[in-house]
Amino acid sequence: MKKLISRLTTILLVATLVLGCMTGCGNSNDSKTGNNSGSGETKTSSDIKIGLICLHDENSTYDLNFINSVQEVKKKLGLSDDQVIIKKNIPESNECREAAFDLADRGCNVIFADSFGHEPYILEAAAKYPDVQFCHSTGTLAHTEKKSNFHDAFSSIYEGRYLAGIAAGMKLNEMIQSGKITAEQAVIGYVGAYTYAEVISGYTSFYLGAKSVCPTVTMKVQFTGSWYDETAEKEAATKLISDGCVLISQHADSMGAPTACENAGVPNISYNGSTVDACPNTFIVSSRIDWAPYYEYVIKSVMEGKELAYDWVGTLADGSVKLTAVNTKAAAAGTQEAIDKAAEDLKAGKIHVFDTNNFTVGGKKLDSYMADVDTDDKYTPDTEVIKDGYFHESEYRSAPYFDLRIDGITTLNEMF
Amino acid sequence: MQMADTGKKIKEPLFHIVRRDNIVWWKAWIIRLLAILAALVFCGIVSFLLTKENPLRIYSVMFDGAFGTKRRVWSLAQNVAMLLCVSVAVAPAFKMRFWNVGGEGQVLAGGLASAACMILFGDSLPSAVLLIVMLIASILAGAIWAVIPAIFRARWNTNETLFTLMMNYIAIQLVSFFAYKWSVPKGSGQVGIINRTSHAGWLPVIGDMEYLLNIIIVLVLTVIMYVYLKYSKQGYEIAVVGESEKTAKYIGISVRKVILRTMIISGAICGLAGLLLVAGTDHTISRETAAGRGFTAIMVTWMAKFNPFFMVLTSLLIVFLEKGATEISTAFELNESFSEIITGIIIFFIIGCEFFIQYRVVFREKEAA
Repeated sequence: MKKLISRLTTILLVATLVLGCMTGCGNSNDSKTGNNSGSGETKTSSDIKIGLICLHDENSTYDLNFINSVQEVKKKLGLSDDQVIIKKNIPESNECREAAFDLADRGCNVIFADSFGHEPYILEAAAKYPDVQFCHSTGTLAHTEKKSNFHDAFSSIYEGRYLAGIAAGMKLNEMIQSGKITAEQAVIGYVGAYTYAEVISGYTSFYLGAKSVCPTVTMKVQFTGSWYDETAEKEAATKLISDGCVLISQHADSMGAPTACENAGVPNISYNGSTVDACPNTFIVSSRIDWAPYYEYVIKSVMEGKELAYDWVGTLADGSVKLTAVNTKAAAAGTQEAIDKAAEDLKAGKIHVFDTNNFTVGGKKLDSYMADVDTDDKYTPDTEVIKDGYFHESEYRSAPYFDLRIDGITTLNEMF
Repeated sequence: MQMADTGKKIKEPLFHIVRRDNIVWWKAWIIRLLAILAALVFCGIVSFLLTKENPLRIYSVMFDGAFGTKRRVWSLAQNVAMLLCVSVAVAPAFKMRFWNVGGEGQVLAGGLASAACMILFGDSLPSAVLLIVMLIASILAGAIWAVIPAIFRARWNTNETLFTLMMNYIAIQLVSFFAYKWSVPKGSGQVGIINRTSHAGWLPVIGDMEYLLNIIIVLVLTVIMYVYLKYSKQGYEIAVVGESEKTAKYIGISVRKVILRTMIISGAICGLAGLLLVAGTDHTISRETAAGRGFTAIMVTWMAKFNPFFMVLTSLLIVFLEKGATEISTAFELNESFSEIITGIIIFFIIGCEFFIQYRVVFREKEAA
């Protein structure tokens, strides 16, 4: 009996403490009290407070790219430490919504989120905090939701992949010329996360870049079914290498594939940033999205009280799509020059990555394709995306929708 | 006789450990309190050495991260409720000394069943019926996931630790498979929020208190589990089987039956936890839905010695540490690993202090002349 009473007292004590806090601590955080109402009102840089929600932390090349971009803009606009709050390791669940709410409670007027699966939770947060701007990276809903404070953004990274592909093609040519491989043995291996349009668009543009300089190239793609799984990515890369692939690239966020390449001495084209420190002998070049131009655009617009675009697409021209420095130790001679020339041609519109003259599907050239641009759970094709002789990627929506399986690329597993 | 002779020559050690017969409850709590204080001091020293930050500031940030605003307190309460739910679920199994490390998979099985109902019948069934179907489906799924290893253990005496662990991986892969199959947009591997506009199959919200229903359900479950384990005949049988299967057999308890029944209960509650997570919290399903709670719950139940009311405290402690730790990494721009170090130290002290509650240290007395 005595025991029971003692237990009950402890529990009651804790319960009162918790309840006391629930009712007591929460003043002044009502969602409507922010004075940061959208358009028309101008702000100075000291009124700005930025929140960033990351799926992982600095150990993921993907998240690091976002964190670096925010830090860069913070420095550029002269923001102080307490004007930027970064929440790391926020899963794609209700925790994301709570994190967004918490950032809004802390007075953030701009909140960025970095992962695809954060989107529906960010959308809910946007509905609850109409005075806060929510900007989400690689989502598909903003252009149809049309909410004044919910925005998606992405960049024409397929152009960056294409340029990286040129570096790959040059390397293959070098191997063919030196007699190391025959023209038919020019096989690229690619480690992809899911059979998702963003990945398909990425490996196809990469392949087309390689093919533009090395016409005999073919490619094998192995999927891992995860955006971040170091072991699976490493295994996939190793498998591709043992299958005869002589060059590897990847679309997944860990160091798995680059490490496998360095161990095997196989050249690697990276993504999200340079991996030259870990892979000095095999890293050739990496394409990445630089989020700083977008973040700067958003923050400046909020300061000036301007409306933000629902769906924003960064380009090569505005500095959103970047290539790292070429590692001359691993790259073929003349790589940098070839990349620079193609970049100028892309910017000028002289060449198009998805030019229908350069690829076939099932042996046929395409002159029409309806893509699922307005997201729905039936995947209804709704928009004609082939016009003027090329596939218009990232024009009707920032997030990629190129999901064609072109000839020359073999997918080894389709489960994911 | 020989023993006695040599015994004299052995030097008595400086101290030795003696099992306590019975400790007064308040003494036990003083020991626990001292352990927490010692942990805080030790963490303070470690964090000062590693980060050069004022340890008191670190603690106040931790507290702020968990209790700082009304919303954070709610979010904390919701997380405590979910961890408690899984802990309540695995408690009877562990009390029976059945190493059910498969809580994670059982929660996922339940969650997957709810999500499937929401996706497949979201448009066709009226919401009350849908909720009942989801309830049955998730409880059933959790129970099935738990009873499979139980059957093997009861019949063929297989190792339940390995078996339940393997069942976790199967559940995770199944969820991955369906997350891909149901993904929107195509191929993304993300289900997204299910029935985002119609809210079909979402648990109702009481007033505007979003997690209140979850919390109430879990508290009721906790009380029921307490009564069940302490006062029911079945609860007694669980305790006996846990102490010694042979004794149980000797006094006529069917061990096989108790194992099966207990695991069905354990799995069913895990399945319900899956429902609360999918329909009452996340409104989606992914392999992260259980978020490691199936494993953390093991710590919660052991620290609470299988007493559901103490589990409220231990799960509160663990969630508090998690929330506080995340806040530290945000506020001081430290890596998450640092806060994990702090959490690890505190839990080490708390578990360690149980040793001093069960045993006492006796120092060597001055030798009599």
